[in-house]
Amino acid sequence: MLHLYAMMVAASTAILIFAGGLVTSTESGLSVPDWPNTYGYFMFFFPLEKMVGGIRYEHTHRLIASAVGFLILVLAVWLWRSESRGWVRRLGYIALAAVITQGILGGITVLWYLPDPISIAHASLAQIVLCLTMTIALVTSPGWKRAYATNGPAPHAGARDDRMLQRVAAVTTGLIYLQILVGATMRHTGAGLAIPDFPLMFGQLMPPHWDPKISIHFAHRVGAVIVSLAILATTGHVFYRHRTRRELRRPSMLLLALLATQVTLGALTVLSHKEFIINSLHVVTGASVLVTSLVLTLRAHRSRFTGASGSRVRSYTGSQQQDPYGVPAGDHA
Amino acid sequence: MHPVLRLLACAALCTAAIGAACGGGASEESPAPKTAAPVTNPVDPATAGAITGTVTLQGTPPPNPTINMSSDPYCMKLGTATTPVFVVSNGGLENVFVYVKDGLGTMKFPVPATPVVLDQKGCSYGPRVFGIQVGQSLDIVNSDETLHNIHALPMANREFNRGQALQGMKYTTTFTAPEVMLPFKCDVHKWMNAWVGVLEHPFYAVSGKGGAFSLSGLPPGTYTIEAWHEKLGTQTQQVTIGAKESKPISFMFKV
Repeated sequence: MLHLYAMMVAASTAILIFAGGLVTSTESGLSVPDWPNTYGYFMFFFPLEKMVGGIRYEHTHRLIASAVGFLILVLAVWLWRSESRGWVRRLGYIALAAVITQGILGGITVLWYLPDPISIAHASLAQIVLCLTMTIALVTSPGWKRAYATNGPAPHAGARDDRMLQRVAAVTTGLIYLQILVGATMRHTGAGLAIPDFPLMFGQLMPPHWDPKISIHFAHRVGAVIVSLAILATTGHVFYRHRTRRELRRPSMLLLALLATQVTLGALTVLSHKEFIINSLHVVTGASVLVTSLVLTLRAHRSRFTGASGSRVRSYTGSQQQDPYGVPAGDHA
Repeated sequence: MHPVLRLLACAALCTAAIGAACGGGASEESPAPKTAAPVTNPVDPATAGAITGTVTLQGTPPPNPTINMSSDPYCMKLGTATTPVFVVSNGGLENVFVYVKDGLGTMKFPVPATPVVLDQKGCSYGPRVFGIQVGQSLDIVNSDETLHNIHALPMANREFNRGQALQGMKYTTTFTAPEVMLPFKCDVHKWMNAWVGVLEHPFYAVSGKGGAFSLSGLPPGTYTIEAWHEKLGTQTQQVTIGAKESKPISFMFKV
């Protein structure tokens, strides 16, 4: 039940990122000049008939953000009350702190008229909130708890603890996050169409002239190539070495599909002159690529989370009992 | 630290580094308004002259873009409208801001007590282009039955963004530094734009019917006159006027 709820929270966070993408794509970030109120109204009492123009995007984003904040609060309390693993409980607290910080960043960026660093930090922290909720959903799943032991014949310990896969998957996830940071910088500095054509750049393989916006845009395109190669390396390794492990094969296939979608959306964003739905889908698909890679990375590291015999879970009454799942040594609260 | 927490901590650090770089520059206050020392208008009416003229447009301008007001039912029911980028009448170009850019030296001029009014009516700004003096009040009013935000995007003055949710609301502000031109926009209705020229003197005009303008009450001297259009940019020319002289000039923009 907790796992399903955490999945729902993660999905809600992805929807929130899409709504945030719509705000930026329609340049509606300042259509509601005040915060936390909306045109002087307590935000939940703002009349629906006044949700016109850019307000529809900005105010809806605020309402969804409030709902997601509440869902994460419930998730943190749920984990605090029922989760035996201390590090998982801490993930809940961090997610709660992150979403609160995210709300404050959103307010500041409105009150300070969208300064680029704050807006970029707001966009980047959103990805971390999604990663946190998805991680919680993953580590509370039945498959994680049984260490994916029922997926085919049990491989020997060495195959489960594939250091190469662990490294390449972790690097890939890090690169995707960096690419998202560059993308957020590109969006918030208005560099999305600094190079107006695709796949060429001003009709050439390299831009014939440079300025800061062209450089940021170019970095995002180069980043896309690097990330694509990293994803191909990770998934290729999985298909070559771990094709029987469904918990790795599935996210790898999804990752490839999402990568193809994301590259297509990136091209369409330029070719459509930043049509706002395509642009926003590009944002949320990027987030999906990140969390899928994160799931793959965490599953590749699953063996490092196992092995603490004699672990215990905390009951609702605070008493302790045997932990059937296994947690890292020394990670009990 | 646990591997998961370590991974997320790295990502959080990246974000924190970006946030730390902000420095809060946007919250900077503009210089305080200058003390309103009593000054006498240095212009002697007995010798004051004028610069009059027209702004013309050579070539056929592109059609003004049609506004899609479907995002607000109130605006939509007002009917189809176009963005008045090029307003041409009798061969003259309207909505060109013409002003004395240079030549007044250290002369100071009294600030008019009458406020300038910028009205949000029919889901557009009226006037679209106007002038104001530093320290003069600007009354921004909402005459529409829908809400607007008035968002000023200055370079030399303090940025502001105010919401006006109800018809009849008024916001009064002043500008503390000269700035030509200072744009306004409404983030609710993307098509709403206006520009104000903020000056330390009263010698400015906006071209009207037939592109006509007049800068009157000028002391004798040599001046740099600039004409600004929202799409066509600026043009300048030097003009010398003598006592009680009215000198005609003209600006021609090309499309």
